[in-house]
Amino acid sequence: MRPFSWLAAFALFWWDFIIGDDWRMAAAVIAGLGLTALALHWGLQAWWLLPAVVVVAIAFHLWRVSGARR
Amino acid sequence: MSGAAAYVLLTTFLASAVEAVEMVTIVVGVGATRSWRSSLSGAAAGFGVLILLVAAAGAGLSRVPIGGLRLVVGALLLIFGLQWFTKGVRRVAARGFAGMHAPDEGDGGPQEGGMDWTAFVLSFKGVLLEGLEVAFIVVTFGLSSGAHGSELPYAVIGGAAAVVLIVGAGLAVHRIVSRIPRSVLQLVVGVMLTTFGTFWSLEGLGVQWPAGDASIVGLLLLYVATAAVFIGLERRRVLGLAPNA
Repeated sequence: MRPFSWLAAFALFWWDFIIGDDWRMAAAVIAGLGLTALALHWGLQAWWLLPAVVVVAIAFHLWRVSGARR
Repeated sequence: MSGAAAYVLLTTFLASAVEAVEMVTIVVGVGATRSWRSSLSGAAAGFGVLILLVAAAGAGLSRVPIGGLRLVVGALLLIFGLQWFTKGVRRVAARGFAGMHAPDEGDGGPQEGGMDWTAFVLSFKGVLLEGLEVAFIVVTFGLSSGAHGSELPYAVIGGAAAVVLIVGAGLAVHRIVSRIPRSVLQLVVGVMLTTFGTFWSLEGLGVQWPAGDASIVGLLLLYVATAAVFIGLERRRVLGLAPNA
């Protein structure tokens, strides 16, 4: 395999691993972690924030996919 | 064996067993869902890197900052786990307990005979992170009790025994796990990856969990309840019970 095609396959793998079929899920996780880091910076133990963001992201994804199938 | 040595042995065994359960859960779950060969190859590669790291760092391992590794690995597992979580919810809602050989549209699984790099990477990261945590536990407990690390050999025995026992248990149950319908297994592994990913990434940020490691159980219950609610809602829609179906 040529170096370029190997690099392309490597990049494609990580794109598929992280982005998958909905980039919004990855964005929600990163936003949840960022908000939690901000909360920690302000002295708040916001351990509940990321789980809450995750549940909302799941709901939004399933609602969107269901809407697309109708 | 002195009382202090017995204490170190038992404590290290129990703490390491918790980490080993997380490691084996990921390897067995990913192997049964995607590809045993790729999952075990990833686990072996992770174990190899772990041995190199431990050999290179030795007792200085406890000074390696694990927070960043927890954050990155946890975030990646969480992001990927969510994909399986939502696919699992939709498939279980649509098929119920359909057989594992039912066709999976858009599964992104491995090609026949090829290496499934997704399974490889998931197992690699799980084994490397959890293996490092076991090594940290062994070094921390072994060096912090007794004079000049005199209890370190007992800590090593406790950690190694825990890993061998849990890996043996994983090998024993892997055939049973393989019989679970694939749609259900994908949901279960998705929920587990989401749980571990949430826990590790927030630990990596420096969050103090209200119940320590036991908070994993709370997260697991939250995500299981979430899956159950959305499977119920999806089934109502699929069966035409929801008003907008």
